[in-house]
Amino acid sequence: MEKEIIKLKDIAVSFDGEPVLSGLNLSIRDGEFVTLLGPSGCGKTTTLRIIGGFVTPDHGDVFFDGKRMNDLPAYRRPVNTIFQRYALFPHLNVYENVAFGMRVQKKSREEIKKTVGEMLALVNLKGFEKRGVNTLSGGQQQRVAIARALANNPKVLLLDEPLAALDLKLRKDMQVELKNIQKSLGITFIYVTHDQEEALSMSDTVVVMDGGQIQQIGTPQDIYNEPENAFVADFIGESNILDGIMHEDYLVEFFGRKFPCLDAGFGPKEPVDVVIRPEDIDIVSPEKGHLTGTVTSVTFKGVHFETIVDFKGFKWMIQTTDYYEVGRQIGIVLNPEDIHIMKKSAYSGMFGDYSSYSEEFDELADPEADLVQESVDEENI
Amino acid sequence: MKTLSKIYNGLIFLFLYAPIVVLIIFSFNDSRSRSVWHGFSLRWYEELFCDKEILNALIVTLTVAVIATVAATVIGTAAAVGMHGMNGRLRRAMMAVNNIPMVNPEIVTGIAMLLLFAFIYRSTGWFQLGYGTLLLSHITFCIPYVVLQVMPKLRQMNQHMYEAALDLGCRPVSAFFKVMLPEIMPGVVTGALMAFTMSLDDFVISLFTSGSSAQNLSVTIYSMVKRRITPEINALSTLMFGAVLILLILVNVSQIRGQSKAQKA
Ligand SMILES: Nc1ncnc2c1ncn2[C@@H]1O[C@H](COP(=O)(O)OP(=O)(O)OP(=O)(O)O)[C@@H](O)[C@H]1O
Ligand SMILES: [Mg+2]
Repeated sequence: MEKEIIKLKDIAVSFDGEPVLSGLNLSIRDGEFVTLLGPSGCGKTTTLRIIGGFVTPDHGDVFFDGKRMNDLPAYRRPVNTIFQRYALFPHLNVYENVAFGMRVQKKSREEIKKTVGEMLALVNLKGFEKRGVNTLSGGQQQRVAIARALANNPKVLLLDEPLAALDLKLRKDMQVELKNIQKSLGITFIYVTHDQEEALSMSDTVVVMDGGQIQQIGTPQDIYNEPENAFVADFIGESNILDGIMHEDYLVEFFGRKFPCLDAGFGPKEPVDVVIRPEDIDIVSPEKGHLTGTVTSVTFKGVHFETIVDFKGFKWMIQTTDYYEVGRQIGIVLNPEDIHIMKKSAYSGMFGDYSSYSEEFDELADPEADLVQESVDEENI
Repeated sequence: MKTLSKIYNGLIFLFLYAPIVVLIIFSFNDSRSRSVWHGFSLRWYEELFCDKEILNALIVTLTVAVIATVAATVIGTAAAVGMHGMNGRLRRAMMAVNNIPMVNPEIVTGIAMLLLFAFIYRSTGWFQLGYGTLLLSHITFCIPYVVLQVMPKLRQMNQHMYEAALDLGCRPVSAFFKVMLPEIMPGVVTGALMAFTMSLDDFVISLFTSGSSAQNLSVTIYSMVKRRITPEINALSTLMFGAVLILLILVNVSQIRGQSKAQKA
């Protein structure tokens, strides 16, 4: 578990003079489930393709098991990939798709038959051997792609948004299945997604990327509870991000009021970003609150209400199980453990104010929308 | 209204096919007459198959068509794969270069090739007009049709499929044969059939590039007609019409099959 299996050192890539990745350093341990998480276009696929051998970095080295493998062609690398849209071979049936890698390696008939059987059992596709891959549903095609990659007995499996095209229910089931497969086989998974929930629930380690750079590497808990900068705080879950000043260790000021907190190690009077998660905020009556504000909108989300509250012109999102109607005055209480302090970064001031918040943001994050966009792009070529 | 449009359609087809129908009928006429029917006979077909000149020309036409088709299909498919891998602007430019010979008047292509062959012959002694130059010219004008048919199949293909084969351990060449070629096969077959039809059909370019030692059917007929018109030519034309018709039907069937397969996928 502790052995380092893949290492990316100082990687830089540009396409047509446009830098796509820069100064990328990443170390992955054997047997780990690592997720690359970031918005569309941040370079996740490119990072994966560098490991797979389909993109040659302009600068930097790729190590596998301590050996440099920059010049090793894709077909010799001990990694296998599950591509963003499966890339099954439509002229072959399910059996032949799964057997493909072993046939290339000239394995014996019996061995191929045995392994294909095992793999199809692993992904719950027994009895589908003779089916053409185009007659399968999206979820079944996904399983064939997984079986095909695993049949090659890779040390590392690269998965590029493997569940993006599936509906929510199926996606949840497949998340659990993938995680189980990874655990039972003990293979290293490098998993790309732009769905933060997926990343948090499946990974041992999450790598948050934006603009071709790694913003933070850590366990899901670290990433959620201790975001490094405003980008990470905003991208992982919902966050209210405010300007603050660190007066001394464990004491921060924002909205003209000093609050005790759990962070230390900042300079005197250092300007900082303060993160407060919507679910950590307790609503009380106005006279009892540290701060008071007015409710400006309420949206029912099933488990909770998403309540937007105006504090002196700055709008916060608060998640509550109680309903507070629009126009009502409320107070809030902030405990030290609800307040997280971050150093100022290039992202300061860009996120964390819910003034312009609307339902449309949810639609933008919809994976279907991305797919439609892609097919439009293809037509334009 | 319906009957009117039917009559109209009928007239159009009559107009289009009347000359060929007359040709076919008179190829079976038991006389030299081109206007009076003297009864059914196959004698012109018999004479046709005894005519050395025509048989030679038939052999030239068929061998040129077969070799040119194979060569143009291989070259055209390789070109399409190469062009597909280029980035957008360069690919569009190459596609335009590919399309020009197809819209260019054949006579220009023919004369241009004649000049090129003559120029090379005079300066090096190679490429004397004959079977070789005829074959080369046919390969050349067939390539764009193959590229045109293969290109869309490459574009329809899942772009990661080739990489998936590499990923599973295939070397690049075997990845091409194992996963890419089966995918673009319908385009390759249609392209080959088109190339074959074009080669069988060609007259203008062949007239300039064949020289006197190796003439194909169309050029032979042309020179025969200049001397004397015999009903043998009717019989020959009927056979050629039949052959091209069958090929065109094959092309269409293979295109329709490819389309319905793509729709299912
Ligand atoms: N072959 C290429 N040629 C030119 N630009 C490219 C190429 N591949 C990727 N890019 C660019 O590099 C950037 C990063 O692309 P990449 O595919 O790695 O993003 P991503 O994080 O996987 O995004 P998504 O979530 O949409 O898949 C994008 O701006 C993209 O346009
Ligand atoms: Mg991607």
